[in-house]
Parts: sequence; C-alpha cells; structure tokens
Amino acid sequence: MNRTLNKPLADDLVRPLFNTSVWFYAVVLAAGTVVACGALAWGFQLWYGIGLSGKRWPTFWALYLTNFVFWIGISHAGTLISAILRLVNATWRRPVTRCAEVITVFALMIGAMFPIIHLGRPWLAFWLFPYPSAREIWPNFRSPLAWDFFAINTYLTGSVLFLFLPMIPDFALVRDRSTGWRRKVYGTLSFGWRGTTKQWNRLEMAMQIMAIAILPVAVSVHTIVSFDFSMANVPMWHSTIFGPYFVAGAIFSGIAGLIIAMAALRKALHLEHYLLPMHFENLGKLLLLMSILWAYFVFNERLTVWYGNEPHEMAVFWATQRGQYAPLYWTMVVGNFVLPMAILTNSKTRTILGCVIASCGVVVGMWLERFLIVVPSLTHKQLPYSWGTFSPTPVELFITAATFAAMLLLYTLFAKFVPIISIWELKAGDFVHAPQAGVVTADPHRIDAAPASSSPGAAS
Amino acid sequence: MPYRWGMAVDLDKCTGCEACVTACHAENNIPTVSPQQSARGRTMHWMRVERYYEGNFPDVRVKFRPVLCQHCDNAPCEAVCPTYAAHHNEDGLNAQVYNRCIGTRYCANACTYNVRFFNFFNPEWPKPLHLQLNPDVSVREVGVMEKCTFCVQRIKAAKTAAKAEKRAIVDGALQPACAQACPTTAIVFGDLNDPNSRVARLAQSSRGTKLLEDLGAEPKITYLQKQPWHESDTQ
Repeated sequence: MNRTLNKPLADDLVRPLFNTSVWFYAVVLAAGTVVACGALAWGFQLWYGIGLSGKRWPTFWALYLTNFVFWIGISHAGTLISAILRLVNATWRRPVTRCAEVITVFALMIGAMFPIIHLGRPWLAFWLFPYPSAREIWPNFRSPLAWDFFAINTYLTGSVLFLFLPMIPDFALVRDRSTGWRRKVYGTLSFGWRGTTKQWNRLEMAMQIMAIAILPVAVSVHTIVSFDFSMANVPMWHSTIFGPYFVAGAIFSGIAGLIIAMAALRKALHLEHYLLPMHFENLGKLLLLMSILWAYFVFNERLTVWYGNEPHEMAVFWATQRGQYAPLYWTMVVGNFVLPMAILTNSKTRTILGCVIASCGVVVGMWLERFLIVVPSLTHKQLPYSWGTFSPTPVELFITAATFAAMLLLYTLFAKFVPIISIWELKAGDFVHAPQAGVVTADPHRIDAAPASSSPGAAS
Repeated sequence: MPYRWGMAVDLDKCTGCEACVTACHAENNIPTVSPQQSARGRTMHWMRVERYYEGNFPDVRVKFRPVLCQHCDNAPCEAVCPTYAAHHNEDGLNAQVYNRCIGTRYCANACTYNVRFFNFFNPEWPKPLHLQLNPDVSVREVGVMEKCTFCVQRIKAAKTAAKAEKRAIVDGALQPACAQACPTTAIVFGDLNDPNSRVARLAQSSRGTKLLEDLGAEPKITYLQKQPWHESDTQ
C-alpha cells in the first residue's frame, strides 16, 4: 500500500477536525450571538406581526425578498461552478469543489428561510406544500411562488446529494483515523465505504450523473426566482431579460462568495499549500468575465427601457438612475463593474488580496442589485397617487445581518467536522503536495490505477 | 343567468367629500391605525379618493377619482396567489378568503391599482368603537390581505332574499355602502349581465373609461367623465 506516502497530505487536511484552535470558539461564539439576535428579532416579528419590519403600502416586498434572491444567487457558486469544472475536467478544480458545494447548500438553506420569514402568517407556510388534504385543496400551480417551492426543493435535494457523494470516501478516511464517537459518526456517514473498484466506479458514475443533472436545475431555479418578479405586470419587473439576467447575477455573486470563503479558509486553516494563488487567479478571471456579462445585461435592460420611453417604466428608471435610489444604484455599478474591472484586468493586481477586494465589492453590489430590483418598482407602480417609499427597521436589519452570520457559523462548523478540501479528489489528481514534491507514486486512489483489493484510507 | 356585479363612477359628479370612504370603513370593519402607523404607510382604505391637480396656480383644478378594487375579469392578483385565497367567484367578484390567506402579499404587488391592504398588526378599536363592528363582516387578523368586496355581505343577503321570493334582484335595490353614502349619487352599482340595468347602460356610455384599461386586466368599474383621462394630466 502506498497509503504511507500519501499520509502527509491526508494528515494535513484532517488536522482541523482533530485540533481545535481558540479562534474556532471565538468565531462560533461571535457568529452564534448575531444569529441568536436575528432569531430573537424574528421571534418578536412572529409575536407582534410583520408590521415590525419596514414593509408598508405599497412596498409589500422589501428586504426579506432581497435577501431571498441574494442568497439563492450566492448558492449558484457552488454547484454550478463545481459541476462545470468537473464536466470540462479542469484539474485545478480539485481543491476548490467542496468549498464551493458547501456554499450552495448553506446559502440555499438560508435563502429558503426567507419566503417563510416574510409571510404574514408563517405558521401556515405548509399550505404552500402540495400535500394531500382531506379537503382536496392543492396549492395554486399557476402561482410563481408554487413554482419556487418545487424549484428550490429540487435544487436543495440535488445540491445536498452533489455535496454528499464525494464526501463519502473522505468520511471513510476520517473514520479510519478516529476512535470513539467520531468513529461511529463518520462510520455511519461513510455508508460502509470500503474503496472497492465497484464502489469507486459507482461513485464516479453518480458524480457524473449529478454534475450533468444539476446544471439545468441550477439554471432553472434562478430563472424561476426571477419569474416571481417578471410574471407580475409591475414597471421594470415585467421583462423577458430577467431569467438570464438573474442567473448571470447569481453565478457572479456566487463566484465572489466563493473567493471570499476560500481566502478565509486559506488563512484560518493554513491551507496555503492547497488553495494556491493560481486558484484565485482563475476564479478572478471568471469573476471578471461574469462582471462583463452582468454589465451587458444591465446595459440591455436599461437601454431598452430608456429608448422605449414608456411612462410607467421611466418613473422607475429615473428613480434609480438619478432619483432617491441613485446613490445605491451607482454604488452597485462601482462594486459590480468598476471595481472588478479596475482590479482584475491587470495581472499585477489579480492577486489573492485583489480578488478578495473585488469580491467584496461584488457581494455588496449584488445585494444592492437585488434590492434595486425589488423595491423601486413597487414604490413606483402605475398610479402616481399610490407611489410610496421604503426604509428598513431594526428587526429587518438584524435578520439580514443574522443571515451573513449564519453563513459564517455554518461554514465554520462544517470546516470543523468535514475535511473542507476533498482529500481523495486531490490524491486522484496529479496534485503534488509540497512536502513530498518530487515523489511520484502510483496512486491507489485513481480509478485507472486502483487494483481491486485496494481500499484507500481504509487499509487499517 | 348568473350575476356579474359592476360599478360606474361618475367623476363629473364626484365632489371628493369622502363619504364613501367613511361608509366603507364603517360597513366593513376596516381598522383605523395610529398616527405613527399611518406615517409608516399602514393605513387601510378599501376605497380612497385620489386627488390630481390640473393647471398652474392660480388656475388650479382638482380632479377626484375614487379608487377601489376594480374586480377585474382578468385579475392579476388571482393567478399569483399560491393558496387560492384570491379567487374569482361565480358572480365575477374578486373574492378574498381571509382564512386561506398566508400573507405572501404577492397579490398586492401584482395589483396595478394598489387597492389591496395588509394587516400588519392585529386590528384594534379604541373603546367603545369595538361595539360598533358590523356583525355581518368578519374581522381580519394579523398577516392577512384584505380589500374591497363590493360589500359581498349585502350581495349575499339580497340574493338570499330574492331566492326566497323566487325573483331576481331588482336593479338599484342592492347598493354597497359607498354607493349608498354618496350624496351626489356618483356611484352606481348593479348587474352588468342585465342589459337594462343602470350600470350596464352607463358602462356603454361614450363618457366611460376604464382605469389603466390598456394593461388588459378588464376591470369592471367604469369611470364616467366628459374628457378622457390623459397621462399628461397627472402630476
């Protein structure tokens, strides 16, 4: 067995599972506190009514829907990018995929909370589910909100599978290195993985199927989220461009989220040997591409509205372009386009720090973009007499802050209990770990090289 | 033939007195809110009188337009409701089932007239006003969308009475609270399926326009006015 040769690599990557630094507790405590504050705020809202948020007539949707679209957008980081990189067999993807797939699952879980948080009577949310009831009342399948239910659940199921499948061999590896409760838990999670050729083949096959299946699901889910808006005859919502526009924006913000998460992991878990500047460089280029694509969509959307000069739409157009929402609008343009263009077009500034700065701009910009889609249209509907305004309340702001803290908390916990870099995939590639550079071995973890009896990480 | 309830509002007769608004509040148990909540946009007026100003000072004319649920035949609010709380009933009314509403507020966004109102909090009436609630109309709880029903409780009562006497409802005998309260009889209510009813004849009037008719929602309220309403008139 060559396992000993690979040991440093695996040792290095399971290290965070067994050693806990004081920073872990600090982050969990801090993020947990903010999440608890958000939960408390939601509790107040449940008790007194949705009036504690800033929603009003006619701005019936605001921050909660902004967060919903934003987080569902962030979720496109993972699965979509990792699926594409898997399908085109980009070898540099190997250390990146799991970081990305986890973002998808957690962002979806956070995003899917919001359609419930924003309900007037959340305790009746199950009426959105298609369950057979004695009264034979089904959800209204004509409603885009019912489509949302199916789209998000399909995507969540798919992305959980897509995340979980490649974790099985790594769970087995951790199982074989641990004792006590850990051995039990990871043993259960690894589904009796022994690393036989048959199992490897099945895993590869399943991954291939999931990677292909998840792509249309990911595209459709954000298209359907965009339908929540574009189906309604509201100025600047009722647009055919929304489907691809939302999907492009989703991938855009997803990559930005991924870059920030990877940079944080690299620092916190000392993964400098795995998450290389090259990965950030490649993702930075992708981010730049998506920035240009996003700008192209915004240009199209704005130009057609302005040229068409339809009065109802122009009211929204000018409100965002130079009216009360203009500061937010131009911040969005700077964050989403000017900043990435300035930083990422130059290979000298396309460093890890540069990519992170650009990504922060994109995350802020994309959140503002979602806000600017939801709110200005509702405050400037067809009848000028019923024009309105919106300002958020502390309850909404706490809940919004809590979502970001929840992401940090879930991500920290995940990286604590699961190897955040896919160990077997790293081994399966031609990845040369710095301490053993120069040692080339026949790797038992590669399918083509694996004899029937080899059981990676399970040879104890 | 089933009924198809509609309304005609004569803008040339409307003085903007808002008696209809008050009558609507009294009839339909619509809660009033505190000045603070009002400033936050939580007032509920199933019926409102919109004011638009024409001309420049000192030559200013005010135009009034009572706006309430238009009970559209092709209502955008109904399709988007995931629980069928907003639906079309057999009389062509846009009905709202309060018990079925979970408060997505999607209907209010889809409504181009902004005539749907949301219970942001549980309704409260300062004593002794809680004693004046109309027993025929349910009080809505927090988290529920509500809007003009064309006084469906009166329609139900009139239909029951007419059925007992084996006759159709006489035109003009049935009035929603707003029409009943209007001092200038600017509001006319009736059955659009009856070609001889006043409202059906007014709906054919050359003075008649529909609000935001070009959006295709097919509203059932006709606004009567000497001059058609121009976009450029609004300010």
